[in-house]
Amino acid sequence: MAKVIIKLENDISTDDIYPGRYMATVLPSETPQFAFADRTDFNTRLRAKEFPAGSIIAGGENFGCGSSREQACSTLKGYDVAVVAKSIARIFLQNSINLGLQVVLCPGLEASEGDDLQITEDRVLNMTTGNSFGQVKLPAARKGIMDAGGLIPYTRKLLMARARA
Amino acid sequence: MAANGITKFHDIRGDVGGICHQILPEYGYVRPGFVVVGTDSHTTTHGALGAFSFGIGATEMASAWSLGYAVNIEVPATIKVVVNGEFPPFVGPKDLILKIIGTLTAQGANYKVLEFHGDTIRKMSTSGRIAICNMSVEAGATSGIVPGDEETVRYLREESGVKDAIPCVVPDADATYERVVEIDVSKLEPQIACPHTVDNVKPVQEVAGTKVQQIVIGSCTNGRLDDLAAAADILRGKKVAEGTRMLVFPASGKIFAQALDKGYLHDFMKAGAVVMNSGCGPCLGVHEGALGDDETALSTTNRNFKGRMGNPKSQVYLCSPSVAAASAITGVITDPSKN
Repeated sequence: MAKVIIKLENDISTDDIYPGRYMATVLPSETPQFAFADRTDFNTRLRAKEFPAGSIIAGGENFGCGSSREQACSTLKGYDVAVVAKSIARIFLQNSINLGLQVVLCPGLEASEGDDLQITEDRVLNMTTGNSFGQVKLPAARKGIMDAGGLIPYTRKLLMARARA
Repeated sequence: MAANGITKFHDIRGDVGGICHQILPEYGYVRPGFVVVGTDSHTTTHGALGAFSFGIGATEMASAWSLGYAVNIEVPATIKVVVNGEFPPFVGPKDLILKIIGTLTAQGANYKVLEFHGDTIRKMSTSGRIAICNMSVEAGATSGIVPGDEETVRYLREESGVKDAIPCVVPDADATYERVVEIDVSKLEPQIACPHTVDNVKPVQEVAGTKVQQIVIGSCTNGRLDDLAAAADILRGKKVAEGTRMLVFPASGKIFAQALDKGYLHDFMKAGAVVMNSGCGPCLGVHEGALGDDETALSTTNRNFKGRMGNPKSQVYLCSPSVAAASAITGVITDPSKN
């Protein structure tokens, strides 16, 4: 079980998650400091390590829309938070899978800040309100990347198989 | 570069430099039927040449380089957009794509492809098609595609200097589409995307009179020669309003030189606009025109997210070069077709 640490509106852009002016910073070890930099309170709480691993960012529709900047995923991955959203923009979803950031597609999600959620194999249970919502499963091709722990280990596996062949 | 055998490197230069999405078509690097990946969401641009072109993240690019193919892609569903009718004066491709994004919404084409058809598209220049495909991603689209045709071949031959054969890949007669959207542009008014989402689209007239501190003309969406010509035609012999600054960014060194030869840059400078170097400008809020607190920008770029132009306390409206130029003269958002 994990807490919703922030509830966000629809169309949260990657500019919101990781403002363009920090794009020169690319190392996953350095990007976390700028997560939601213009949401000063939330950024401060993240940096103060107030939230345990697995804590949940609840998004609305079209989470992560806009720029393909991968920092928007590595910045969140640095805090080991999960994103549960009604829908997620394509490139952000792919980048999340590639970097191993936990993302859950949950079209009917109803959750407020402070709610406790339980993420099961195919559902999201809101333990605070007693409601339960279905997940949209990721395509099989994507699951293979997730199961490998991200695109780097997945690609490495393919390259090693090629070298052996 | 030499050690790695990289021959198509376009450094920051006044001659062969520029925005990547301008350089790729300009030098004939993209052809119909190509599959193109780029670490930028506006990689959708190259669908204007009949390619399947989409944005990916940096790790995925490293994977694609090492494997020789992209692993993380499925065949997307396609929405067919059929556009007919002749544009009224001061209305063009930018107004059309804004109208489409407003209609479909910012995620209406998420994981899908927008494929453009109809008389209006067939008659449209490659530059206009680039603007449309470029902004397809603002409706969430994986790619925007104009199937290659005579204009595609003309552009690649005459403007990009391509000498070899240019076979065009076109849809099968029995191709299936998830949905067909039909648009008649003959009565379309100039459109504007209002803060802070690209799908918050209205006719310009509805927000006319809004004071603007900065006008931006440029970007991978609207920094080409015809865009600069449209703006110069409106600004010639006029002055940019007091209290408004206007920045012009030709999309590439080549366009900069062409605009210089045609006298457009002179028109801009005489009007009081600042002609900047070719490149992305302040579009993504890093430099060259990042906004101050409470400032409003009117821009021909492609995104108006909160904070996009470098300041979360500012506002960005998106429009065509004609609307931007007409508004520069008045200092307030202005519909050129009504003046």
